[in-house]
Amino acid sequence: MKPAIALEGISKSFPGVRALSDVSLALYPGSVTALVGENGAGKSTLVKILTGIYQPDAGSIRLGDAETTFPTALAASRAGVTAIHQETVLFDELSVAENIFLGHAPRNRFGLIDWKKLNSDAQALLRRAGADFDPTIRLRDLGIAKKHLVAIARALSVDARVVIMDEPTAALSHKEIHELYELIERLKADGKAILFISHKFDEIFRIADRYTVFRDGAMIGEGLIGDVSQDDLVRMMVGRAVGSVYPKKEVTIGQPVLTVSGYRHPTEFEDINFELRRGEILGFYGLVGAGRSEFMQSLIGITRPTAGAVKLDGEVLVIRSPAEAIRAGIVYVPEERGRQGAIIGMPIFQNVTLPSLSHTSRSGFLRLAEEFALAREYTSRLDLRAASLDQDVGTLSGGNQQKVVIAKWLATRPKVIILDEPTKGIDIGSKAAVHAFMSELAAQGLSVIMVSSEIPEIMGMSDRVIVMREGRVVGRYERSELTAEKLVRAAAGIETQADGRAA
Amino acid sequence: MTDAQISPRNIPDRLQGGGARLLKSWEALLFVVAAVIFLGNSLASPYFLDPWNLSDATFNFTEKAMIAFAMALVIISGEIDLSVASIIALASTAMGYAVQLGFDTPALVTIGLGVGLLCGLVNGLLITGLGLPSIVVTIGTMSLFRGLSFIVLGDQAFTGYPESFAWFGQGYVWWVFSFEFTLFAVLAVIYGVLLHRTNFGRAVYAIGNNQTAALFSGVRVGRVKFTLFLLTGLMAGLASVCLTSRLGSTRPSIALGWELEVVTMVVLGGVSILGGSGTIPGVVLAALIMGMVTFGFGLLNVPGIVMSIFIGLLLISVIALPILWQRARRRPVH
Amino acid sequence: MMARLLKNREILLVVAIAVLLAMIALRFPAFVAPSNLARVYSDTSILVILALGQMAVILTRCIDLSMAANLALCGMVAAMLNNAFPGLPIPLILVAVMALGGFLGAINGTLVWKLNIPPIVVTLGTLTIYRGLIFVLTNGKWINAHEMSDAFKALPRLDVAGMPVLSWLSLVMVVLMFLVMGRTPLGRAFYAVGGNPHAAVYTGIDVGRTRFFAYCLSGALAGLSGYLWVSRYAVAYVDIAAGFELDIIAACVIGGISIAGGIGSVAGAVLGALFLGVIKNALPVINISPFAQLAISGTVIIIAVAVNARAERRKGRVILKKAEAV
Repeated sequence: MKPAIALEGISKSFPGVRALSDVSLALYPGSVTALVGENGAGKSTLVKILTGIYQPDAGSIRLGDAETTFPTALAASRAGVTAIHQETVLFDELSVAENIFLGHAPRNRFGLIDWKKLNSDAQALLRRAGADFDPTIRLRDLGIAKKHLVAIARALSVDARVVIMDEPTAALSHKEIHELYELIERLKADGKAILFISHKFDEIFRIADRYTVFRDGAMIGEGLIGDVSQDDLVRMMVGRAVGSVYPKKEVTIGQPVLTVSGYRHPTEFEDINFELRRGEILGFYGLVGAGRSEFMQSLIGITRPTAGAVKLDGEVLVIRSPAEAIRAGIVYVPEERGRQGAIIGMPIFQNVTLPSLSHTSRSGFLRLAEEFALAREYTSRLDLRAASLDQDVGTLSGGNQQKVVIAKWLATRPKVIILDEPTKGIDIGSKAAVHAFMSELAAQGLSVIMVSSEIPEIMGMSDRVIVMREGRVVGRYERSELTAEKLVRAAAGIETQADGRAA
Repeated sequence: MTDAQISPRNIPDRLQGGGARLLKSWEALLFVVAAVIFLGNSLASPYFLDPWNLSDATFNFTEKAMIAFAMALVIISGEIDLSVASIIALASTAMGYAVQLGFDTPALVTIGLGVGLLCGLVNGLLITGLGLPSIVVTIGTMSLFRGLSFIVLGDQAFTGYPESFAWFGQGYVWWVFSFEFTLFAVLAVIYGVLLHRTNFGRAVYAIGNNQTAALFSGVRVGRVKFTLFLLTGLMAGLASVCLTSRLGSTRPSIALGWELEVVTMVVLGGVSILGGSGTIPGVVLAALIMGMVTFGFGLLNVPGIVMSIFIGLLLISVIALPILWQRARRRPVH
Repeated sequence: MMARLLKNREILLVVAIAVLLAMIALRFPAFVAPSNLARVYSDTSILVILALGQMAVILTRCIDLSMAANLALCGMVAAMLNNAFPGLPIPLILVAVMALGGFLGAINGTLVWKLNIPPIVVTLGTLTIYRGLIFVLTNGKWINAHEMSDAFKALPRLDVAGMPVLSWLSLVMVVLMFLVMGRTPLGRAFYAVGGNPHAAVYTGIDVGRTRFFAYCLSGALAGLSGYLWVSRYAVAYVDIAAGFELDIIAACVIGGISIAGGIGSVAGAVLGALFLGVIKNALPVINISPFAQLAISGTVIIIAVAVNARAERRKGRVILKKAEAV
């Protein structure tokens, strides 16, 4: 059988990161191909290339028999490639119907948008997507699950040959997921080629015909889903050598340093309780959107919890702002490096010293010599590669930016450091440096919380792991009892074999 | 440059060639422009080089520049204050009213500065307290503050300021150096130090470059911005004292349209309207350039409105030219 | 959807205007006589037209501070055309000023689109340039009523079915803009670009080009208003409509058009303009000095933006299943 669309030899680099190198992917009519890989394996980049958002540096796209390019999103959509994106790329202030048809709304004979037809067509598409609600309500009034259904209906509104679904079930309920499965079956019967991206193995085996595995921007394997087992897929995904490359040092875990009890928020998380001990690396695992970052940001005073108490070294703390958290000795290295971490446009040394200015300055006046000394000390400990310390942090690679951000926080000499996805989107060399340093810090008696969605990192670095799903703690594991499967099952909420102590 | 090639262990604090960088900076360009205009003016008009004429010329920009210093900080932090000219009007009206009640000069100055500070407080509370966008809030307070002075004055004017009050706008500290010019110079140093040499200034840059990251880094974003609006109000109050004293009268249309000239001065000085970069020396040079252009055109009998075309073109071209130049340079040669 | 939208902003404004009118009518019933209301509308017509153009620009997350200067320049050109060629048919002049206004708007749009200069800087610059050009054209001279042809002056005042042409023209513009905003892809693209520029790219909308068209639109409407202004007041000089850009923005903000883009409607812009128009016309009637108008519109802007901000405040992320609203 001929593929509906075939990518060959696709490569794509961003400054400092090689997102895809020489990958190939073929999607067949009437067949569902599951794309499997960890976060950062290059799946989203591939989706963006398929939909004309990114242009590949090398490689070709073959549509049917002809070679083609997708210079814009419109070109991809005209060629019959449609996608349900992971981040909902919809418009909050517009109606559901308009979100479905924006860019290709039905028109009447005067060339004006035909709202009546638009609304009734939208209603029909929503029904097809298994959602029966009023298409005239504003999108912002919907919950996440229904927004996803709108995204699905939008994908159906185009007469597509290729349908890409990037984690379509992440926010759906059981019933909605089943309706989605039925929809996929119907799309298959219509002869559409479907690319299905998911972290949930049960649904991959339930719905996919073929699989393709990505790791670190490269294609690792592909074939028929009937020919592989779940274990095979996990092995391909994470690579054979889990643990061996991680420089985790054995440390003696000390007294509790941080105690969190009863943290809750009206919409983001609830019932978070745990203890963090001296010298410990506590991993927080979960799928994207499980509420881990939201909880951490609440802990350092960015958002306010409705209830909950924190004790640091036995003293009860009230933290209302990051400034207070830093003074108390709790620091947070945020996940979104570009938005929340590095201050691009400012030199490296000013980035490093920003939270420590009260130490390097005298009565409010800057002392540059002290700043350079502090920046030099911490950037060299993190093995930063840069031309000079007064270079704009934006000119560094992602990995080196991350080192600057971590150096910034360590320079405050904290008691507890929270690292949120510390190695997301950075190159292998920088990853190793970050891991080595993290391990060294714990050995020196710092307490570390590491939020990560990468199983090898969690397994390789953590002394203990807490798993969160949908804003709650759903599993706690000691290092000795960790397996990749337990983590995946707990995070995805797979009910069979209820191992791991429910929290 | 790929940063991986460089040895990690000894990163220098600064790259060699700081001098070369200084030469390529925006401030250097402004300096050249200022020098050219200075030369052009002195060639074009025999009266230009007279010290007293030059001293007179400074009154063209000193009051605006006082506000521009504070405005530079506001814009670097990513906000804007369009109400400054209206604050001048309201503060001036308050002083004029106080004159009718028989207040003396020290009280007038206190009232002028106090009203400025109060207006800044209103802006600051609305913007940082309620989290409203500064551009709309200050368009609103721009109407409100000037509107209040219209209510008080209508089409009337306050005059009769005491003689001692005239010193702020007309007095000289030493030889040709007027009080206003001296104040401008002192404020330039104070704001230069505040922005470039203190923790506060560093926080202003951090907020302007990335407010979220600054907040995450423990910068008290709200407090810093609030202070900036207070400062801008205070500077507008100060400018009001000088301007009222110089004119000797208050009309509600006083300093009409100044907000645009102040913003132009700041942007011409190399402050990014998007926030995050700019320097006080740049603003000082921009003030001198605008002052000299106005004065030179005046000597050549060019009407004020034609000067404003020049200022408008200057504003757009100083932003557009670097963009076009960069784009032309980046285009690969085939 | 319409009902829900109305409940939020437009109905609120209608109620506010009604309350305002009722309060005035309690003491001065003549103010709400149909003939007087028609007069108030005609007096507000130009502001309505301008607010429609500004709305399109603000929806795309931009701003046009040069509208009043554009109006003044186009008005002057219209008057000069008429003065030089008294026989030139008025419709031709209308087309000419709208083309000129559109071109001036296109300059703004090009600078924003192709050079990525922040809209506020671009229009701050062109505001002074456009107004300065009037001086260059005229050397500061006025064009007075006797230098304009009768047909030129008569059109806006011409009575058709009880209302002057000025009012009818603004109503036509309202209807046209209603169609453009609601029923054409371009109008919907304005909303999409302002609401979520990132997502607009995914739907194949060119963000810069959409903004360019918004500026062309606001420019053309400013050009039209230029003729209307000059012919209605029968005088053209450098400073006409000076500072009027703030009234236009005020009308939009009061009308619930979010300065952050993506939120707003034709009805909102019209009502915002009417609100200001009613206040302006009522002040002399209720014996408040017309000088109070500026302070009142300032206060109203601040209240309006605070109310809008409250309505727009985003909900936090919803992760907990039980917290999901729908």
